[in-house]
Amino acid sequence: MTLFMATLLNGLSLAALYFIVASGFTLIFGLMRIVNLAHGALYLLGGYVGFEVQRATGSWYGAVVAGFAAIAAVGLVLQLAVFRHMEGQELRQTLVSLALSIIAADLMLWVWGGDTYQITTPDYLFGAFPVGLPGLPMYPTMRLVTILVAVVVGIALWLFLTRTRLGMIIRAGVDDRDMVQASGINVHAVFAVTFAIGAGLAGLAGVIGGSVLSIAPGEDLRFLLISLIVVIVGGMGSVAGSALGALLIGLAEQFGLAYTPTYGVVYTFLILVAVLALRPQGLLGRA
Amino acid sequence: MARRAIDPRAAVALAALIAAPLVLTDFWLVQILGRALILGLIALGLTLLAGFGGMVSLGQMTVAGVAAYTVAILTTTGTGPALNLPALPAVLLALVLGMLAAGVIGLLAVRTSGIYTIMITLAIAVVFFYFTRQNYPLLNGFDGYAEVVPPEPWGRPAPFYYLCLAAAAAGYLWIARLVAAPFGLALQGLRDEPRRLESLGFDVYRHRIAAYLVAGVLASAGGVLLVWFNTRIDPGTVSLGPVIDILVIAVIGGLSHPVGAFVGALAFVLIDNFAVEALPAARERFNLIIGTFFLLVVLFSPDGLLGIWRRLMRPPQDAGSTARED
Repeated sequence: MTLFMATLLNGLSLAALYFIVASGFTLIFGLMRIVNLAHGALYLLGGYVGFEVQRATGSWYGAVVAGFAAIAAVGLVLQLAVFRHMEGQELRQTLVSLALSIIAADLMLWVWGGDTYQITTPDYLFGAFPVGLPGLPMYPTMRLVTILVAVVVGIALWLFLTRTRLGMIIRAGVDDRDMVQASGINVHAVFAVTFAIGAGLAGLAGVIGGSVLSIAPGEDLRFLLISLIVVIVGGMGSVAGSALGALLIGLAEQFGLAYTPTYGVVYTFLILVAVLALRPQGLLGRA
Repeated sequence: MARRAIDPRAAVALAALIAAPLVLTDFWLVQILGRALILGLIALGLTLLAGFGGMVSLGQMTVAGVAAYTVAILTTTGTGPALNLPALPAVLLALVLGMLAAGVIGLLAVRTSGIYTIMITLAIAVVFFYFTRQNYPLLNGFDGYAEVVPPEPWGRPAPFYYLCLAAAAAGYLWIARLVAAPFGLALQGLRDEPRRLESLGFDVYRHRIAAYLVAGVLASAGGVLLVWFNTRIDPGTVSLGPVIDILVIAVIGGLSHPVGAFVGALAFVLIDNFAVEALPAARERFNLIIGTFFLLVVLFSPDGLLGIWRRLMRPPQDAGSTARED
């Protein structure tokens, strides 16, 4: 029972982190059809920025804000300086983002080396929280905070997309980009903002991931893979789909690791295969 | 487009490559040319898929990895099941299993197109990488298999080089003919106008899966040579870096002609070996250099080094022509 409960909560908190990363990825993809293969690098960079800010100022909340803001700014620059100039050339954009991710990963390795860092959290988030579940009286507070952050991000995204003018434009753009453009909306501004938010979510996830797990070279690859799989499973361009995909993948990964250690990743693959075979557009994706 | 029986340039290149052991050192023969031929062979499959079929698959290195692991598991004694089979049946089985893996990747990927194919094959490749790292009973996890050597005399430099050359030349000639054959033309038709071909009665999925199988044969042969080249196989061989290197090779070479894969592979291997010596500060920064090179090619010459070559070779009065070369 202890193992089951711990695995369940581990799966949920991991899924929460996956959702934050993947929601940014799916937002960018859904609107601009850019498969941003530098998304993992943005996650890792966010983690490093958060680490440096926390070390310099001692404020974890400062690190969270800085991680989001800095990476959102990077995303803005990427969209305005690079991707905007190759609109509609999906393959070329993807290859460019891949080249950028190779370069960024090596630069980060240069600056921060191969060490593993962990972002220091406030004392009251550090310990265990009395959850009082059967077989599991205590659970690390920071992991519960991750779930909380994911819920807040999810609700905020939902409110943003359904209740604001910009959100409505983005949803309309996902459905029919040409029509939005034809109705006199400055799509370039919308693209830039969307890219910034999507990238910022990767940065935010980097800080959270760096606090609850750790940041090290290679994490960029891991979270890029997670973003890809979550988005393929959940449905490309659907934020709700990325939540569902994150839940499935996070739980499958943790239960797989806990009960069948050497085949843990196979479950992720099986979910991917099953979804592709039965619903190629993803669980909540539209054909 | 008129196609000669044998391109004189290809004949000259082949003659030069056959004569290479007379003049080159073992280092150049194996570490530069041999490696370029192996990587080119694996990338050649991607050139077929991406350049002619419009399917950018990142699964080539994974297929090569399946073949390489098969050879390692079947022919070594130290690790794993220690079957110690002779090389020939092991290689044949490696080719079969590699094709099987390519078929599975193809089955999963052909239902999607364009950028979705990249995402799905990338996901498959990385999942396979994590699987090789986690699995100990069969794949020996992090350490993989060491001392995977070809049977005598193929382990020595010149014979090994000729083995690579034979495989690469066979692969090149096959693909060069295939893309001009009805199958290759149908593939290009499916790339440009899938709906039109479908309404003409072509089976889109079957053609695409067949292309994956062809690419899989090339990747498997490359994988067998690669495991002998490295004399070992471990998860590092199928990690994201090498998976993407194949794409980098195919793209910097140019996707419009099968020879691009080998041009790209040679450029890649030369950068790998010599950029580091030219820039001592860059000793550890190979990824930075190749990444920047890749970025520049994608930004400024989407048809790769072949495209640069063609623009240089084109007579000046042709400069304004927009006709496609191939």
